Amino acid sequence: MKQFVMKRIGYCVLSLFLLSLTIFFFVRVTGDPATLLVEPGASPEDIAAIHHQFGLDRPLIVQYGLFMASVLTGDLGQSFYYRTPVMELYWSRLPNSVMLASAAMAFSLLIGIPSGILASVRVGRFWDNAGKVFALLGLSLPSFWVGLVMILVFSVYLGWLPSSGSGTPLHLIMPAFALGWYFAASHMRLTRSSMLEVLGSEYVKLARLKGLPQSLVIAKHAFKNALIPVLTLAGINFVIMISVAVVVETVFAWPGVGRLLYEGIAFRDFPVVQGTVLMLGAMTVVVNLVVDVLYAVIDPRIRLAS
Amino acid sequence: MTTTSEVLTLPSRAARFGFIRGLRLSGFPLIPTAILLGIAFVAVFANQLAPHNPEVGSLVARFKPPFWETGGTTKYLLGTDQLGRDVLSRLIFGARVSMVVSITAVLFAGVVGTTLGIISGYLGGWVDQVIMRLVDTWLALPALTFAIFLAAIVGPSMWNIVIILGITYWTRYARVTRGEVLSLKEREFVRLAIVAGCSKWKIMLRHILPNVINSAIVIGTLMVGVVIITEATLSFLGVGVPPPQPAWGLMLSDGKQSLMVGRWWLTVFPGCCIMLMVLSANILGDWLRVKLDPQLRQL
Repeated sequence: MKQFVMKRIGYCVLSLFLLSLTIFFFVRVTGDPATLLVEPGASPEDIAAIHHQFGLDRPLIVQYGLFMASVLTGDLGQSFYYRTPVMELYWSRLPNSVMLASAAMAFSLLIGIPSGILASVRVGRFWDNAGKVFALLGLSLPSFWVGLVMILVFSVYLGWLPSSGSGTPLHLIMPAFALGWYFAASHMRLTRSSMLEVLGSEYVKLARLKGLPQSLVIAKHAFKNALIPVLTLAGINFVIMISVAVVVETVFAWPGVGRLLYEGIAFRDFPVVQGTVLMLGAMTVVVNLVVDVLYAVIDPRIRLAS
Repeated sequence: MTTTSEVLTLPSRAARFGFIRGLRLSGFPLIPTAILLGIAFVAVFANQLAPHNPEVGSLVARFKPPFWETGGTTKYLLGTDQLGRDVLSRLIFGARVSMVVSITAVLFAGVVGTTLGIISGYLGGWVDQVIMRLVDTWLALPALTFAIFLAAIVGPSMWNIVIILGITYWTRYARVTRGEVLSLKEREFVRLAIVAGCSKWKIMLRHILPNVINSAIVIGTLMVGVVIITEATLSFLGVGVPPPQPAWGLMLSDGKQSLMVGRWWLTVFPGCCIMLMVLSANILGDWLRVKLDPQLRQL
């Protein structure tokens, strides 16, 4: 177990190293980072000052060391637009992102799990086919388009829901739906296949042979076990949601981390773009690690296999 | 590994069909294939089909609705945008952008991923370790955020997007190909080739590659949808295909500005195009997956 955890932590550190290396080198390979670090329209003197200030005339390896040192101390630079440290901006926006992702997750599980169970119990019949269509649509519709169409219907034509901003639970409904839509389809697919596997197992057959009613077999014996992989996926998806929410947050002007990234791009506010991507990447890597380790704690087969 | 089963189950009349040999045609998704071919046709003949120049508009004809709505004219069948450009023409040329980006990005990712997968699986040892650790770490990063970051740095351009999508999605090919190569290299024909004195590179090219190409095609077809959505997302965020080029994602981004005043045609039409193309590619990909490679069903 200890060896497994150490190995996973090793991979995690490797991922973070690769992430930092990619961010660092892409910025330098694709042009002079000084032009990204000064505001548009800066004079050559300003650029020269930035070169000196950030040590851009030093060897690359030294520059990388300095970059990592500042990242590790929590310094992601200063935003040009907001004139505040990027780290502060990130932490102030994160709660909104977590709130949106929680609502979207709740929605995706509420839709995905029951429809997945229904499809697995009625294999090859109407509900199964309806589920397949739903899953296909869910995986094929871009979330931002779902968001735009919802704004058109529910804000412009019907006037029921606010089209953008935050503050009330009403503001949360459309972004959560647009973001959760894709994930509902993926949760539905996994619930269905996981249920089918469990329903074919010996202990479920025994439960049926004992003469237990169908509802009890499904709810008590099958569902509980089928839920484990779905919840694992949901855990990983939660972080992915925060990352991919950038488009949904842009559509609905939701003040989360994704919107911060979009503003960074739109205002050419490079420290914000770099810092946000680094933090989102690090968050994904760490959550993947936690899920892996937790899974190994629950299921010994995983740690023995690796 | 599919070769044997294909040869054994090959119906005699299928031999006449050449490239679709081995694909039993039952349940063939005709409509999605027709839609994809239609989009490809429109993309190729965009110059002939488009009624107007997609990048030049007339400011006096701004925000014309589609022809069936009051105020619409048959001159602009699907209406015009904020610069008076014809929506239909932009959709037609947008098909070209989507087709070119998705096909080249999928091919690029496929070539890189499959090559590295074969090398990793066949050579083994430290090469395998290095490539697979790279794949693992790459997969741990959030793909979309990573693509947005790269696009924001290198600046908007269609070919930049192709390269970015390629380096974001090559890992899926590498992982699947490597798994297949591991079992292939234990097979008799590969061992015979080694005994016959073939070089490693020749074995990989002549004996391994033809056997993993099926899986690569299946992954490629399923990737088309993902790539189109990512391209549209990047263009929507302003880091993809640069204006005034007509890309569907960019059209949605422009359409968003006038959504609140009810100009629905600027949002609904490009979105429907993206949906049709992605849906068709996904259905075709699913069908191919089941037909060509039953072992990939778990993917």
